[in-house]
Amino acid sequence: MKKEKILKNNKKEELLEGSMAIAKTVNNLEPNVVSAYPITPQTHIVEELAKFKADGKSKYEYLLAESEFAAASIILGASAAGVRAYSATSSQGLLLMTEVLYNISGLRLPVVMTIANRAIGAPINIWNDHSDAMAIRDAGWIMLFASDHQEAANQHVLAFKVAETLRLPVMVNVDGFIITHSYDSVIIPKKTDIKKFLPKYSPALGTYLNSKNPITIGAFFTPDKYWIERKTIHRDLDYAKKTINSAFNTWQKIFKTNSSPLSKLNTGLLEYIGSKNAKKIIIAMGSMCSTIEEVLKQEKNTALIKIKTYRPFPFEEIQEILKNKEQVFILEKSIAPGSQGGPLFLDIASSFKKEKPEITNYIVGLGGKDVSEEIITKITRNDTKKLVNFL
Amino acid sequence: MNKINNKNKLSPGHSACAGCGQLSAVQSVMRALSDDTIIVNATGCLEVTTTKFPESAWSLPWLHSLFANASSIASGVKASLKNQGNSKTKVVVQAGDGGTYDIGMGQISGMWERDDNVLYVCYDTEAYSNTGIQASGSTSYGASTTTTPAGEKSIGSSNHKKDMIGIALAHGLKYVAQSISGFPEDIENKVKKAIKTKGSSYIQILTPCIPGWKLQSDQAAYVGKLAVETGLYPLLEYVDGKLTKSSINSKFKIKSIDKYLSVQKRFNHLKQKDKEKIQEIAKENIKKYKLK
Repeated sequence: MKKEKILKNNKKEELLEGSMAIAKTVNNLEPNVVSAYPITPQTHIVEELAKFKADGKSKYEYLLAESEFAAASIILGASAAGVRAYSATSSQGLLLMTEVLYNISGLRLPVVMTIANRAIGAPINIWNDHSDAMAIRDAGWIMLFASDHQEAANQHVLAFKVAETLRLPVMVNVDGFIITHSYDSVIIPKKTDIKKFLPKYSPALGTYLNSKNPITIGAFFTPDKYWIERKTIHRDLDYAKKTINSAFNTWQKIFKTNSSPLSKLNTGLLEYIGSKNAKKIIIAMGSMCSTIEEVLKQEKNTALIKIKTYRPFPFEEIQEILKNKEQVFILEKSIAPGSQGGPLFLDIASSFKKEKPEITNYIVGLGGKDVSEEIITKITRNDTKKLVNFL
Repeated sequence: MNKINNKNKLSPGHSACAGCGQLSAVQSVMRALSDDTIIVNATGCLEVTTTKFPESAWSLPWLHSLFANASSIASGVKASLKNQGNSKTKVVVQAGDGGTYDIGMGQISGMWERDDNVLYVCYDTEAYSNTGIQASGSTSYGASTTTTPAGEKSIGSSNHKKDMIGIALAHGLKYVAQSISGFPEDIENKVKKAIKTKGSSYIQILTPCIPGWKLQSDQAAYVGKLAVETGLYPLLEYVDGKLTKSSINSKFKIKSIDKYLSVQKRFNHLKQKDKEKIQEIAKENIKKYKLK
């Protein structure tokens, strides 16, 4: 098989494993410090980054961490000292980082991480679902979800841009194995294009650790001050929607990718795929959106809202689309035990002000369970009266 | 005597207890550091008493993240400086014994394994002072703490103090030292040596805690001196893994532990046979560290 193809616009299309596509993109983004701890299925990403370093193809410091807790802390320290910092993890590793994740957003540090999404034990399971991301959804990070290799690559570029613009951390979620370990054709964003979009990271003196202008970072806040700081994060995360959209549009112009022919609306927050007049709509995130898109070619009365930014949650944009829809199917790879439905269902259901369409929640793909075209077709044709369904 | 460097000292207005052993040791450490130093602080008394937002007692760049991760943070800071071509700026971690002996242990081991060029200073109060004197891995045998209270069926802490100095040496650190807050010059000298070391270095300073050890506010230095004289907490220095003779222990006459124990109410409950056990620990130290 030929592994490279030069396209008309002088872009090089390569057949790459998802992890390699991510690693190559991250290297082109020129982080200064990378630190990670190995966990399946994140491993190939951090192995590639170590190899770039070993081969003299990168400029970053690569620090071996003795745990994910340490890896997250190392990139926190690096970022607080004024440089671009990156890590990648999965599943249990992400949960072990939890305390640090809250700290990174609380200190307003623009680090970027890749999450190779994987189930949480027990029972132990190394395959894909979104339980890990959902467990830390309130940590104050911007959370992007990629549906294929190309989107994963582009979202990393977007992630650093948004992070450094807003001084907020960003995680790019990619489905473990389904994206990280599969091959697809990808155009890796070139350094020259990235430089047009993402300037060299140079925070102002007095905002990071530097002996020329000493500052205290991480002071303790009494009750009269703490809540103001927390409120600011809430407000700024909401404000981030604008930044994500405008950064997405700018990058689209530089990178010049074509949207799918079925795509009717494509922003940094979400994409509407299918007929505008479709009465039924699926809402989903991640790699299953690619499968859903295939099904939509036959199921013309159904459309898809692919959520690309889960935090901040684009509830207003979703409400606008749902206005003239009759049936909504929310497909998600996570559960929220003890509540009415899955986390995505809860986010959407709680955003209706008045009348809401008929909503059905489908919990699919837990622990790597295949989300096939047959399952999706069945959902679009199903007349279940159950609110929450496990498939 | 050298000119005293007061450039980096904590500014007045911190809220530590009167007579606090730790704050006095911090001032000694600060005197030894250049102003081209970045401090990474673990959660604890030192962080709480010096950084009540929007105030700060620090004149050096200072960062606090969490309880357990100060060493990893310092590694990240150092890596950031290195990547910017800055080999001059020093990085110093400050943590208590809880953050060192217990919750931060894994991260310290990781930093020492990488041999990151960071000086780690542990202020040892032999308990979780900030949360209300609970027992830590550093608590002395026989000490009554709020989680090892002395009682009819309890001698206080029945665990033995973890050997952090030994753990540091086992990681191959080129500079490892132990000091006490009542010996400011000793601290200063050791910090100056440690900061020049290439790679990781470790200094552990016994810092008597007024409420934790149940002392009068003028007794921190006095009880520290007794800790040295009994052999329970000698002044130590290891360069390239070897115990040096630079220690000033030899200037002291070895004393029995009685006075050291009786001055601290945390040991008030001990019976003679328990005290003998502690005397044994002192004797072992005298032998191990060649104090006589």
